[in-house]
Amino acid sequence: MYAQMVKSTGTGVKSLDEMDPRERAFQERIDAGEKIEPKDWMPEEYRKTLIRQIGQHAHSEIVGQLPEGNWITRAPTLERKAILLAKVQDEAGHGLYLYCAAETLGVSRDEMTRMLLDGRMKYSSIFNYPTLTWADMGAVGWLVDGAAIMNQVPLQRTSYGPYSRAMIRICKEESFHQRQGFDIMMKMANGTAAQKKMAQDALNRFWYPALMMFGPSDKDSVHSAQSMAWKIKMNTNDELRQKFVDQTVPQAEYLGLTVPDDKLAWNEERGHYDFSEPDWDEFYDVLKGNGPCNRERLAARQKAWDDNQWVRDGLLAHAQKREAMKVAAE
Amino acid sequence: MSAADHEWPLWEIFIRGQHGLNHRHVGSLHAADAEAAIRNARDVYTRRNEGVSIWAVRADDIVASSPGKKGPLYEPANSKVYRHPTFFDIPDDVGAM
Repeated sequence: MYAQMVKSTGTGVKSLDEMDPRERAFQERIDAGEKIEPKDWMPEEYRKTLIRQIGQHAHSEIVGQLPEGNWITRAPTLERKAILLAKVQDEAGHGLYLYCAAETLGVSRDEMTRMLLDGRMKYSSIFNYPTLTWADMGAVGWLVDGAAIMNQVPLQRTSYGPYSRAMIRICKEESFHQRQGFDIMMKMANGTAAQKKMAQDALNRFWYPALMMFGPSDKDSVHSAQSMAWKIKMNTNDELRQKFVDQTVPQAEYLGLTVPDDKLAWNEERGHYDFSEPDWDEFYDVLKGNGPCNRERLAARQKAWDDNQWVRDGLLAHAQKREAMKVAAE
Repeated sequence: MSAADHEWPLWEIFIRGQHGLNHRHVGSLHAADAEAAIRNARDVYTRRNEGVSIWAVRADDIVASSPGKKGPLYEPANSKVYRHPTFFDIPDDVGAM
């Protein structure tokens, strides 16, 4: 997940007849469920769209460490602290799997970082919201990782081999993230009145931003058709959002918490919950850089990049010096 | 879009999942030297006890077959179906074979 509004070609989806022979052979491989590997021929737009999508996904994993890292030093017990540390470390790992997948498409790691820092690449809107209380660690794991899983599970079947394999690794680890979040929510919801209030407040603040993670409504989603033909997007935004709501509402009920939506109701006829759309003006505004934490998040990434320059340079210089000594000794 | 001069080199990582199995490719990572590559691989690819042994190989040192020549490269094997035991019909009366 974590990939919203990924631009793809604006020309619409070509039919097999309109494609040149190479494109047609490529599309037929995808239709037959074959994986595309780095050295195979691929349309330039497929490559570019994937770089944007995987890059955005990777940046989201890395930036996503910041709202949770915020609570590591203040976790209520040593065990919770160790668990949160392990979770945040996993996010770093997920970022690395995805950067490696993107690199197989011919973009370098440094280039992707530069594009994030100068605004050419994005990360998910969700990480521009602050984590104000310990209950937010529960809400993030339960809702944000929960929403991410909804999107990532189908992406295990995506057409690009390295992306698919990265997704398989990530999905194996993601369940821990959601469960540790729900575990925190259970503890808080069953705690004192003040703790339960804190849990409700976290749900109130994260519900709509979590729904926004799936991207705009299908009728406003301009880039979907080509990405779905290429199998780099497996479901529409609205399908996944509905699935997430259907799965999450009973969990909120179990916790004894109230989803902050007056219109939320089970629709017997559809076999799904009806629910209110998030505020899409807010979504576009956050994407534009005006969310509560956009500036803080990018500033933290910029600082890490600048402050660690000497480490990257130093280790490389050390390796080169040792290599030179080895050659001289031979 | 080429690799920047200052980037650490790319390493391909292979992990033996348990004793008795082959090393399997699990992914790649960047590291300044071999020692760091192994250390980083430990953190990136074995956070849940996925391995008992790690190989790190410089990506530049790997030689790969060309995907475009898939047909001619494997053709010799395609025409020799008799290499598979199921090619031969052995009567059931013969017993296990």
